[in-house]
Amino acid sequence: MAGFFALVRRDLCLAWRQGGEIGLAVGFFVLAVVLFPFGVGPEPELLRRVSAGIIWVAALLAAVSSLDRLFAADHADGGLDLIALSPLPLEVAVLAKCLAHWLTTGLALTIVSPALAVIVDMASADMPVLVLGLLLGTPALTLIGAIGAALTLGARRPGVLSALLVLPLYLPPLIFGAGAVEAGMGGGGARAHLLLLGAFSLGALVLAPIAAAAALRDALE
Amino acid sequence: MVQVAMTITYLANPARFMRVSAVLLPWVAGLAAVVLAVGLYWSLVIAPPDYQQGESVRIMFIHVPAAWLASLVYLVIAVASFVALVWRHPLAEIAAQAAAPVGAAFTLVCLVTGSLWGRPMWGTYWVWDARLTSVLVLFFLYLGYIALVSAFDDPARGARAGSILALVGVVNLPIIKFSVDWWNTLHQPASISLTGSTIDPSMLWPLLVMAVGFMLLFAALLMVRMRAMLNERRVRALRLQGG
Repeated sequence: MAGFFALVRRDLCLAWRQGGEIGLAVGFFVLAVVLFPFGVGPEPELLRRVSAGIIWVAALLAAVSSLDRLFAADHADGGLDLIALSPLPLEVAVLAKCLAHWLTTGLALTIVSPALAVIVDMASADMPVLVLGLLLGTPALTLIGAIGAALTLGARRPGVLSALLVLPLYLPPLIFGAGAVEAGMGGGGARAHLLLLGAFSLGALVLAPIAAAAALRDALE
Repeated sequence: MVQVAMTITYLANPARFMRVSAVLLPWVAGLAAVVLAVGLYWSLVIAPPDYQQGESVRIMFIHVPAAWLASLVYLVIAVASFVALVWRHPLAEIAAQAAAPVGAAFTLVCLVTGSLWGRPMWGTYWVWDARLTSVLVLFFLYLGYIALVSAFDDPARGARAGSILALVGVVNLPIIKFSVDWWNTLHQPASISLTGSTIDPSMLWPLLVMAVGFMLLFAALLMVRMRAMLNERRVRALRLQGG
């Protein structure tokens, strides 16, 4: 357990001291949301209808764009080999790196999401559902992303490739996350969507570290 | 069951596979051609037009077998990937890689024929229905698998990464199968199950013949592609030896 927290602390320190890391993901998220009013037009009615979808799609893209941070640097400087050699099971090490990654992207995106919801004219009554949905769904984005990031270590053009692998698998959280807000707008039916979103994240919590660790072992062979 | 396992073990030797498949391939390919010709004539000419859909029901004789094969081929890839990961069997990796483009083609055929049928029937080429969306995801999984396998300088690494991805993607198969029951959207639920069918025999039989034809076609294409890949490896190995 000590190794787990040491790894989390190390990754958080690295993300914090290298400055831009957290800001980059959040900045990407904000910019992606801001693009939509220019694309679809500034009518508040229209924006309100698609607001949840806009924010969720932007969160997906921000998550995908931050995946290279997960393993690539450690793979390049050999740190990943040392982590694999440590007594900590690789699955648990993956979980630790995912936790640190989620704290610096998923959680950060969730925190700024209400401000973005205001920009796209979401009703304030819908914001708790949006924030709760992001809180439940973004762990799945990081965990599934870890599989893609681990599989593409050492590949040609890993960034584009991991996006191609991971985005189709991001569809369930997108459907249930945006669907929760939509259902909430209709009058308080968000519960089922949020439960499914949580179930998806829990499933990913169990299965994704196993797959990602298997992929890492291959990358390190 | 033991017999099947022994046959697979027997064929798992690449050299033996080459010998057996060389004998089998012309027969399987010929049979596929005959069954497909019979099935096409039966379904496109003999089978009666539907009382509601008219002649466009004939698209179903291509669409449904293609959809079955799209899922089946992915299952083949996943099983082969599992075998490749657990027993590190080279032939299983080759089978999975050889099957992928064929499966992607079946999925594309399924999507295209479905959308051509949807235009006169539903009034639109595409809807974001659960079944359509999950099959589209299947298509992207195929593309991702193919891209990942070929993205490494070391082919062995690409093969193993592809195997893991194929197993991860299996979660999509039950979603496709049950999407029409869970979400109850535009795409109609299955008309054929193990316990019976709601389709009239005059249409069911040509459909089943077409399905068998598609399976034979897949078997033939799989053998052709596996033989080509094995030959390619042999050529590469000989080149390396020869300097």
